This record gives sequence, C-alpha cells and structure tokens, in this order.
Amino acid sequence: MDDVTKAVLDYVKREYVEEGDDREVDADTRLISGGIVDSFSMVSLKRFLEKKYQIKIPDEDASPAAFDTVKSIVALVARFRGA
Amino acid sequence: MAFSTRAREHYQAELGNLRSAGLFKEERYIHSVQDAEIEVEYPKGAAPKRVINLCANNYLGLSSHPAVVEAARAGLDHRGYGMSSVRFICGTQDVHRQLEQKLTGFLGTEDTLLFPSCMDANGGVFEACFNEQDILIADRLVHASIVDGMRLCKAMQDTYKHSDMGHLEEKLEEHKDKRQRIVITDGVFSMDGDVAKLDEIVALAEKYDALVFVDESHSSGFIGKTGRGTHELRGVYGKIDLITTTLGKALGGASGGCVSGRRELVEMCRQRARPYLFSNTVAPVIVMGALEVLDLISKTTERRDKLEWNTIYWRKLLTEAGFDIKVGESPIVPVMLYNAKLAQDVSRDLFAEGIYAVGFFFPVVPKGQARIRTQLSAAHEKHHLDKGIAAFRKVGAKYGILGKKKKDIEAMFGL
Repeated sequence: MDDVTKAVLDYVKREYVEEGDDREVDADTRLISGGIVDSFSMVSLKRFLEKKYQIKIPDEDASPAAFDTVKSIVALVARFRGA
Repeated sequence: MAFSTRAREHYQAELGNLRSAGLFKEERYIHSVQDAEIEVEYPKGAAPKRVINLCANNYLGLSSHPAVVEAARAGLDHRGYGMSSVRFICGTQDVHRQLEQKLTGFLGTEDTLLFPSCMDANGGVFEACFNEQDILIADRLVHASIVDGMRLCKAMQDTYKHSDMGHLEEKLEEHKDKRQRIVITDGVFSMDGDVAKLDEIVALAEKYDALVFVDESHSSGFIGKTGRGTHELRGVYGKIDLITTTLGKALGGASGGCVSGRRELVEMCRQRARPYLFSNTVAPVIVMGALEVLDLISKTTERRDKLEWNTIYWRKLLTEAGFDIKVGESPIVPVMLYNAKLAQDVSRDLFAEGIYAVGFFFPVVPKGQARIRTQLSAAHEKHHLDKGIAAFRKVGAKYGILGKKKKDIEAMFGL
C-alpha cells in the first residue's frame, strides 16, 4: 500500500468510523454510497487532503463519486498534485 | 405551454424512480383533531379508523387542549386572522413581542425573535450571524434544517462524530485560529431520542472560547425538571448562546419557531435573517395559543411529569417484551428493526392492530438502521400504552424478532 493510500485510509477510519462499528474499511469500500461518509461530513476530508498535499480541489471536482472510495480519492489527489 | 410533454415525462420518470427505490412518501388523512387517539383514512379511500397515535410530536398533549383552543379563538376575535405584511413593515402586533418576551423568560436567554417555523429559524440564523472568518462545528446527526442553514452561510464548516466529546475537542483545537468557533447540536436528537451532553459541550466551549448553538425543538416544554429544555436537564441553563426551537411540537403544535439567545445575535437575525425579513411571521391566532401554552406549563409541571412517567413505562414495556430499543431518557423511543422492509411491514401490521407508528429508513436514518419511531405524549393514558404493547408483542412475535438483537435480525432479514 502506497503512502497516500495509507494516509487517506487512516484518516477515513479515524474521522468517520464510529465506535462500535465493526465494518471493515479498505481502499475499495464504498464510503458515500455505502453510508459511511455523508455529504455533510465530507468537507473535513477535502480540507485534510488540501492541507496535507498542498493542493486545491475545486468544488466541482469534489463530487460524491470522486470521494466514494479511498482508491478514487487517491486518484483525485494524484491528479491535482500533478496539475 | 412551457410544461412540455418532455418536461412532464422527465418528472414522471423521477417520481417513478422514487417509487421503485421505496422512497415515495404518501400522506395519511386524519379526520379528527390531533390527540392520543385519532381517526385515520388509510389506505386512501378507506373509512377512517380510530387508532392510538404513537408518532406525533404532541409531547405535552396540548395540540387540542381546550384552554389553548379558546385562547386561539380569542386571538382571532381580538387580533384578526392575518397580518398581510412582513414584521418590519406592518406585520408586528403587541402580542408578537409579548410572546418573544415570554419565550425569553422561559428559555433563560436575553432576547428572542419569532420565525415562521424552526426550519426557517435554522435556515436564517447562521447566515445572519457568521461569515467566512468563522467555523461552524456540528454534530453529525443534527436536523436537516441545520444542515441547510449551514450551507447557506459563508462560514467554514466541520462536523464531529455523534456526541463524541473527544472528537469535538480535536475539532476545536484544529480550528482555534478562526475568529469564532460555533458548536452546533440538537438538544434531543430527533431520530435516536438521545440527549446532547450539553454540560460537556459548554465546558469545552468555555475552554476553547466557542459559542454554543442548540436546537431545542424536541425538548422545549418537557425536558428538564420544569420543562425548559436540555440546558435545564444538563445544568447549563442560561449558558447557551443561541437556541432555536419550535411552537410546532410540544408548545401547542401549530407552527412557528424562534431564535433565542444573546441580545446582539438575536438583533443580527432581526436585521439580516432572510426568512424573518421576507416572510410573514406567525399568525395572531397561533401567537395567542402559544402564550396560553407557556402560561399553562409555567404554572404546573403536571403534564411534563406525566409524559416522563409515560416514557419510563413505555420504555420498560418494550424492553420487557424483548424489543431492541435505543436507550435514553426522552419520549422519542426508537424500536430498532434495521431492515427497511421489515420496518414498513411492522408499521402496516401495527396499524391493522389499531396502532399508528411509522417506519423510518434510509435516507432519513443511516442505511441498516431502519426503525419504528414511537413518541409518547402526556395525552396518553396507561391503557393506551397497554394496548400499544399488546399490538407490538403480537406483531413482533409474527416476525420472530422478540428477544433478538441487531445481528440476529440482520441474519433473518438482511440489511
């Protein structure tokens, strides 16, 4: 697992998985469509990514689909780090 | 004609999608006044059936109380039917200000401003008081109207795990460079019925120089020893910076809401909150009814005491019967069924037994958290609850869920 995937996965688990929730979360787990992260709470994830990777993700790119799995989030980060 | 066939087909398809996803909502017509027992036409076209109502927000049983109805009637006679104006043109009567002052005294704040509803109060308050230099930090289970209000505001936004004080403190620490931090919570959470840890929230707010906002819609009138709300229960009465609450639940149940709190913040709402500025306020009839409600519940705690007794009794009955309920102390008692279809089936079968209690499922609650939300009222007598539990036991036995917890129910019905 690369560093970005690990960092994002760690953040998602810490920030969104409630105590007592025994669901396994990995890079392919559906976060938004699976009901783990809601659109209301998504904003802190965007802020985390922007701060940690010194990027700016425009609101139109921070869609629920782009944030639906750790894998898609990592792809989004790669896209804006390369931009 | 602008509404073309193409447009009509588009909306018909959208509505069809809602139906096939099981998300289509239908109203049931009630042919009586709101009370512990009501006459309901269901399904549409059927003869109205008398059922015990276990799903109203009529916590104090004042929706059809004779003194409240009489006060409203007097309001109609003496102050008329409508105002035909927003507040700041010619839509404010003496009684509107009287009600605001009375609510201020009741809630233990500095000032109050009426809104057409609490949905409007929550929709307007954040934008009026805060801007991009501030951070709004909300519990993840706050009411949808708060989420909407936050989205209308330019302030930065963040959330913390439900009632997780460690997580809230992390967020307050993270955002200590912002001009103002505002912690936002419901007093009693409408879907789970649990009570916010307001004492701990206030302590954290003092430590991190933050303001505290509480929506008391499901608490005003009955939570706390004299029914003032969650802040009374948790020993922080007088320490809340912003309270929103409704007249549409315990406090008469008609409509209307308010923002109550620090004088300057309420004044900001008077100057800037758009739902206050651009809509008529609560009609005189409702104002007079609400004044009577506040008089009634300030004279005696009899009704909230009865509600408390009913709540304890109902929670005991459900637990003894083997239902999996959300533990708590409020009159919102969710019976957990986890599976959305099961929740709908149980609700339908309860209705056949003469009990009106509605199923809630995604997106109103998280996936896999479907439930029947029961709500108590001071209008309920013991015999209503005894009949209620008999029906719940019968339907629970039919589905084999008595004594079963989440894992068992999941195994039987899936999520």
